[in-house]
Amino acid sequence: MIYFDRVTKTYRDGTPGLEDVTISIQPKEFVSIVGHSGAGKTTLLKMLLAEDKPTSGNVYFEELDVHAVPKHSLHHYRRKIGMVFQDFRLIPNKTAYENIAFAMEAAGRTDEEIALDVPYILDLVDIGNKGGHFPHQLSGGEQQRVAIGRAIVNQPDVIVADEPTGNLDPVNTYEIVEILKKINELGTTVIITTHNKGVVDAMGKRVITMERGRIARDDAHGQYIL
Amino acid sequence: MFTSFKRIFSAGATAFSRNALVSFATVLIMTATLTIIATLMLLSAILSNTLASIEDKVDINVYFTTTAQESDILSVKSALEKQSDVAAVTYTSSEQALAEFRARHADDQLTLQALDQLGENPLGASLAIKATDPSKYAGIVNYISNDSNIPGSSSIIERVNYYQNKSVIDRLTQAIGTTQKAGFAIVLIFAIASVIIAFATVRLAIYSARDEIAVMRLVGASNMFIRGPFIVAGIIGGVLSALITLIILAPATWYAGKHIATWLGGFNLFSYYTSHFVLLFVVLVGSGILLGGIAAYVAVRRYLRI
Repeated sequence: MIYFDRVTKTYRDGTPGLEDVTISIQPKEFVSIVGHSGAGKTTLLKMLLAEDKPTSGNVYFEELDVHAVPKHSLHHYRRKIGMVFQDFRLIPNKTAYENIAFAMEAAGRTDEEIALDVPYILDLVDIGNKGGHFPHQLSGGEQQRVAIGRAIVNQPDVIVADEPTGNLDPVNTYEIVEILKKINELGTTVIITTHNKGVVDAMGKRVITMERGRIARDDAHGQYIL
Repeated sequence: MFTSFKRIFSAGATAFSRNALVSFATVLIMTATLTIIATLMLLSAILSNTLASIEDKVDINVYFTTTAQESDILSVKSALEKQSDVAAVTYTSSEQALAEFRARHADDQLTLQALDQLGENPLGASLAIKATDPSKYAGIVNYISNDSNIPGSSSIIERVNYYQNKSVIDRLTQAIGTTQKAGFAIVLIFAIASVIIAFATVRLAIYSARDEIAVMRLVGASNMFIRGPFIVAGIIGGVLSALITLIILAPATWYAGKHIATWLGGFNLFSYYTSHFVLLFVVLVGSGILLGGIAAYVAVRRYLRI
C-alpha cells in the first residue's frame, strides 16, 4: 500500500538525505525502521507525509502519487495517516480530551461521533480519568498515549511513529509498544522509527536498517543489528 | 458548514481566553492604537470646528456714501441676497454706525470731541456680506462693482473693503487648505505607525503558536480550520479593544469638554462624543475587526506554507 520508488533527496545545507530508496510496505504490516542518527529515517517519514518533496523518485500511497497532491487538498491525504512524534506535539492550550477531539473536528466528524468516540479512545490508551488535563499536567508516557489516541481516532490506514519511545522510561516504552502492537493487531499498518534495540527485538517483525541515506538491510523477522 | 463555523468560533474564543496573557498584551496594544485613531478623529473635529469659526468671521463690507438713500441701499441688499454664493447680508445704517463708533471710542474723549465738532454724521451706511465659502468673495465683489448688475449702485458705493482684506482673505483661504492637508497627513502617519505596531504584536502572538500550527496541519486540519480560530481570536481582541477605547473616551472627553471648551471656542468634546457616538463606534469597532482579523490572517498564512 506504500511504495517508495527510487526516492532520492539531497539537502544543500548538508542535512542527511536519501539515496535511491525503494521500499514496499503491505497493508497490516508492522515495520520498524532503524539506523544511526542522520541515517535518513526522519527524512523518509517526511517524504511519506509530503512535508518535503523528493529530489527525484516518487512516493505512492495506494494509487496516489503523494507529491502530486496539490497543497490545498493535502489535508485530506494526511487524514489517512496517524502521526506520533518523539516530542508528542500535543497542542499545549488544549486538554487531552480536546487534543483528540480536535483531530475529529478537523476531519469534519459530527458532535455526536466526537462525544462517543473520544472517551472510548481515552480508555483504549488508558488515560480515561485524565481527559481534562492539559499536556503540561501529564507525564511523558501519558502525553504519548494521548498522542497515539489522537493518531488513531480517525481510524487511519497507517500509523507513523517517529521515535515514539525516545523520551520515555522503560516502563512507559513497554506500554507504548504494547499499544502500538494492539493497534497493529486490529488491522492498522504501523511504521515506527527507533533507536531502541529492546523494542525492535521484542517485536520480531520486519526491520529496515538504514545507513547514510540508503537501505542497508531489510529483514522480514529482523533484529536490531548495527 | 455550520458545524465547522461553530467549531472555529468556539475554538477561537477558547484560545483567546486561555492565552490570557498574550491576549491581554494584544488588547493593550490595540487599545493604544485605537485610542490614537479616536484622538485623531477628535482632533480633526476640533480643527474643522476652529477653521469653520475662523471662516465664519471673514466677511466683506460695502460702505456707501453719506448721501445714499436707504431705499437704494436696501435694493442692493436684496439683489445680493439673491446670489447663491451669498450666505447673509447685514445692513448697518449710518446712525447705527455712528452709535457703534461712539461706543467703541467711549474712552477716547479727543476723538469724540472731534466728532462733535464735525456737527454732522460723517459715517455712511454699510452692508456686511458673508459668503458661503471664503473663495467666493472675489466673485461677489466683481458682482457689486459691475454697475450693470445693480443699476445706479456704483454711484452710491464709496468703497469695498475687500481690496484691503483681499491679501488677508487669500492667506487665510490658503492656510485653511494647508492645515487640512497637513492634518490629514499627520493623521495618516500616526495611524500607519500604530497599525504596524498592533500588527507586529498580533503576529508575535501567533509566532509563539507556530509549532501548534504545524501539528494541526499534520493531524489533517484544513487551512481554513487552522486559520479560522486565530482570526476569530484576533477579531475578538479587536472588538474588545474598541469597546475599551470607547469606554475610556467617555470620561476623557467629559473632563476635556468641561475644562477646555472655552479655549476651543465653545467646542465641547463630550457633546461631540455623544452626538457622534455611532460614527466613533463604527470606525473603532471596524478598525479593531480589520486590524485583529487581517493581522491574524497574514500571520497564520506565513506558518501554513508547505
